[in-house]
Amino acid sequence: MQSLDSLTREAQNLAGASEHSVTWHNKGITENEAEVARQMQICNACRYCEGFCAVFPAMTRRLSFDNKADLNYLANLCHNCGACLHACQYAPPHEFMVNVPQAMAKVRMETYMDFAWPSALGALYKRNGLTVAMATAFGLALFLVLALISQGTLWHEPLAGNFYAVFPHNTLVVVFGSVFGFAVLALLIGLVRFWREITPGHVSGVAVGEATHYALKLKYLDGGHGLGCNDEDDKFTLRRRMYHHFTFYGFMLCFAATSVATIYHYVFGWEAPYGYTSLPVILGTVGGIGLLIGPVGLFYLNKRRSPLHGDKAQQPMDRGFIALLFWTSLTGLALLVWRDTSAMALLLAIHLGVVMALFLTMPYGKFAHGFYRCAALLKNSIEKRMPNKVSAGSE
Amino acid sequence: MWDVVVVGGGNAALCSALMAREAGASVLILEASPKEWRGGNSQHTRNLRCMHDAPQDVLVDAYPEEEYWQDLLKVTGGITNEKLARMVIRESSTCRPWMEKHGVRFQPSLSGTLHVARTNAFFMGGGKALINAYYRSAENLGIDILYDSPVDDLEIKDGKFIAARVGDKRYEGHAVVLGSGGFESDRTWLREAWGQNERGEWPADNFLIRGTRYNMGVIIKVMMREGADTMGDPTQAHCVAIDARSPLYDGGICTRIDCVSLGIVVNREAKRFYDEGEDFWPKRYALWGRLVAMQPGQIAYSIIDAKSVGNFMPPVFPGVIAHTLPELAKKLELDVDTFMETVNSFNAACRVGTFDHTIQDDCHTEGITPEKTHWARPIDKGPFYGYAVKPGVTFTYFGLTTDEKASVFFDGKASPNMFAAGEINAGNVLGKGYTAGVGMSIGTAFGRIAGTQAALAAKKMKEGAPLHAIA
Repeated sequence: MQSLDSLTREAQNLAGASEHSVTWHNKGITENEAEVARQMQICNACRYCEGFCAVFPAMTRRLSFDNKADLNYLANLCHNCGACLHACQYAPPHEFMVNVPQAMAKVRMETYMDFAWPSALGALYKRNGLTVAMATAFGLALFLVLALISQGTLWHEPLAGNFYAVFPHNTLVVVFGSVFGFAVLALLIGLVRFWREITPGHVSGVAVGEATHYALKLKYLDGGHGLGCNDEDDKFTLRRRMYHHFTFYGFMLCFAATSVATIYHYVFGWEAPYGYTSLPVILGTVGGIGLLIGPVGLFYLNKRRSPLHGDKAQQPMDRGFIALLFWTSLTGLALLVWRDTSAMALLLAIHLGVVMALFLTMPYGKFAHGFYRCAALLKNSIEKRMPNKVSAGSE
Repeated sequence: MWDVVVVGGGNAALCSALMAREAGASVLILEASPKEWRGGNSQHTRNLRCMHDAPQDVLVDAYPEEEYWQDLLKVTGGITNEKLARMVIRESSTCRPWMEKHGVRFQPSLSGTLHVARTNAFFMGGGKALINAYYRSAENLGIDILYDSPVDDLEIKDGKFIAARVGDKRYEGHAVVLGSGGFESDRTWLREAWGQNERGEWPADNFLIRGTRYNMGVIIKVMMREGADTMGDPTQAHCVAIDARSPLYDGGICTRIDCVSLGIVVNREAKRFYDEGEDFWPKRYALWGRLVAMQPGQIAYSIIDAKSVGNFMPPVFPGVIAHTLPELAKKLELDVDTFMETVNSFNAACRVGTFDHTIQDDCHTEGITPEKTHWARPIDKGPFYGYAVKPGVTFTYFGLTTDEKASVFFDGKASPNMFAAGEINAGNVLGKGYTAGVGMSIGTAFGRIAGTQAALAAKKMKEGAPLHAIA
């Protein structure tokens, strides 16, 4: 083990001493990245896993793994499906100790932190756990409830779902708009930096189309054979992909509901509340249901995941995000159901507290994975259309 | 008491267990290794050599029976059994739907394996993924599986299997399939088999084992003691030249050194000893283990120059690098003068035409021995790379004589309820040499046959039992 490790490092040194191309943060290759490099050297000499996902074909286009940006790219291309671990003849207890999903997960976390904006907040990724998420949500909800109590408006006569009677529309727009805007801005700045560093090459329409398609259908959670990915053991299932779809599309429908409502408000001057058969409510309800099923499923699978998969240290971050999505949806649906009752203000305060917590933790939590993953997928779609410099086809 | 007891837990063992179970038998698998090391050498495999008369899902063109047979005849130098070989070949054309039914998935040939795209169907994820699929299927079908259960003895009466023993535990069965592999993990046996050479060395002491540490050949020894008919030469094995720094066991595929055909190979005395460019590397790599085993110290050095980098599968360990040839010789601890003489005379003998590593090109040598018949280019562009190689044994060919029913024989008489499959009887078809993927073809074919026959034998045994009891 020791000797293999030192041999690989030696190779990296010989191959031009960690020529890292990441100029943004100017950090050298980390221990976790060196571990990915060590494992990729072994994988590149084996290649049995080439059919599972995009990581291994991308690996075969390289002879050495001494480029930090390359390692970041490969790590974010990995979907942590687990297939290569269970199929690996070099996985622990083998002395080569190859566990690609785990090594990649650790580097992914570093990527999020390294590219975070503002940089100082990158460390938040490590602290973003289930407790923090729930405490933030609870704290904010409590704050809003207390504010209402102090105004004496917590318990009220039914207001026919008129939220703005409780919190003025403009206040909501300013507060939530700015927090959400900051979250998106922070993520986009990180993403743009990452994108520049991984030097993707020419972006073609075909590549964008393919990458979008693969992202939207979660191509790389299908195991390459369509049977799915691994959770607790070597068995393949489509559960994780399905629950992720529920979550993602649920979230997108909720987002669409909000967008449509915004258009209603500003373009047509139609103010909330909207009827149960209106477009924003239908989108929000369907999305909300998806956002209940998806996170519950993902949470259940996350609890059952083989301890060998991924980075255990990131589980709190995963679960915090999953929990916030779930509570956002649950409180939102509860608000919809009881919006005509005296409890509306209370329910609204709780819902807004949870949503605010979601927005606040968004740029420094699991939400980021989608952005970096999509960038890596797009680079892959571009890269595989370029001529391959390596022609190791001697067999 | 089970209908069929399967000794071993690799590809052949599992194929037989699944077939026996499908035929209605109750089945017990006794796997020597703990769960995480299950599957024997099958966990290191990656494909199946398949006969096919037309393009088939992942297989291109055609690979007819006759061509397959000719390939096998060539690599074994005729040390094969045509009847059994042709049976295996035909079986390889029909077994894949069954494999898929049990969860195995195939993929087109991997990058860097163009030459077997026509002949070999690759397992998605490799052999361990195949093994995992078979174990899952076995569990679903209600097959009993015991890990950490190395069978150390068999109870056999008049050529009939009674029970398998693991320490003080005893597992009775109406029939048995021996799928416990070769003896390559037993280094003492390898040492004895290879003996001492004319230089006073024990060559096998310098061998590495590419595969499992659990193939100790215990069952083969038990069967020899019981007087079963054996076949094969214990020094014959699938033996590859692998990186000398590989682990003693389970180095698997990644320890191969694939640049042999692109440069030269010298022994410890810094002299060449064989035509490095005789054929494509995949067709020759199983020859080189033995070639290196014949060299002093059982070590050799594959030497390439900068021109070859990127033209072969990247090795798992970095090579020794030097900017001049004498420096490389020094780093490899070779005699510098002899090394330079070897390289210089090779370089002078090169007749470079149009180099192309993807075909058998016209670059060759003239006037030196041994000649290099393809891909011969002067070694002159630094930096230079050297890889020390040692013989790596994948599996041994010595084992039990079987017929087309996979029956085990005692003094030429077939046992009524004992069958063998996998490495333990592969030597019947593969007396020497190797061609990629044929081990899995043999294991799958005989495994499936052994399972069916064992289920049948168990049924007969059970039907015959009352009569026996009365008698």
